[in-house]
Amino acid sequence: MTPTGKAFLRGLIAALPMTVVVGPFALLFGVVATEAGLNLFETMLFSISVFAGASQFAALQTMQENAPALVVLATSLAVNLRMVMYSVTLAPHFGSLPLRSRALMAYFLVDQSFATTVAEIDRAPAMTAIEKRAVFFGAVVAVAPLWFIACLVGGMIGQTIPPDYALDFALPITFLAMVAPMLRSVPHVVAAGVSILLAIALAGLPWGTGMLIAASVAMAVGAGLERWMERRQGVPR
Amino acid sequence: MIDKATFWTVLPVLAIGTYAIRFSFLGTLGTRPLPGWLTRCLRFTAVAVLPALVAPGVLWPPATGGETDPARLAAALVTLAVGVMTRSTMAAILAGGVTLYALLAVMG
Repeated sequence: MTPTGKAFLRGLIAALPMTVVVGPFALLFGVVATEAGLNLFETMLFSISVFAGASQFAALQTMQENAPALVVLATSLAVNLRMVMYSVTLAPHFGSLPLRSRALMAYFLVDQSFATTVAEIDRAPAMTAIEKRAVFFGAVVAVAPLWFIACLVGGMIGQTIPPDYALDFALPITFLAMVAPMLRSVPHVVAAGVSILLAIALAGLPWGTGMLIAASVAMAVGAGLERWMERRQGVPR
Repeated sequence: MIDKATFWTVLPVLAIGTYAIRFSFLGTLGTRPLPGWLTRCLRFTAVAVLPALVAPGVLWPPATGGETDPARLAAALVTLAVGVMTRSTMAAILAGGVTLYALLAVMG
């Protein structure tokens, strides 16, 4: 097998364990989206055009609360801002590739393809840009088709579930389950705490603006606290 | 129920915006490093946004007309606790879901 073929397989195999999360997650999105009143076509168009699970859930949640479009967008785009870091991190590795390659990679730049590629580059830094791209698309092949298919199946299931099945709480549970593993350090815990307290205190503000304020303050507090702790420990920055 | 006018306004902008975020550096090959304070803030976006998104609804669920519901509150706490302990999103979702339906069934 060619080195590129091997790299593709390495990416595919490395990303396979992630399907355990991606499949059910997409299934859940399909169910919740159709329960929230989207039809199957709208649900699939949503998943295919945005292709970013957490922000899709965030958009569903805020739209269900009848927030204005601007608030929905601010919230769900904020959830995706972490991908700027992914884009920054990958850029130096793929500079020699044609634009159409990088444009296609950008569409498929998700948590799983990013994590797989970075880990493989770390393990074999001598790979060429073509091989690195093969690793990336190996991971994409492992998760992307599954994401779309599971979403479709979820949408079809959702259409058959009666609306009064306490599925209103699927979104909050999903978000909390996504946040919990992120609480790795004191600043992360404090940021989440500030976010919760302020969101509750400001819940009376119109159009979900309280939520935006809570998120902004929580981000600043978390980042500020982390910086302060690093300074105190004398970590150069 | 989702307002379809909002949905069709949000969809194209969210799709293009998300793509622009992903394309930003990979596509333009911007080589200038981001300022340190910015990357630091970016690392906190998810943990700052997601809890704010759910906290009021956990305390005052729209499904019960805004009245605090012990079953939903307990399910939220179990989800968080299991997620922190196992570091597994799927385990946390399962634990939260089982708690919710078990309590709803018991309390009728």
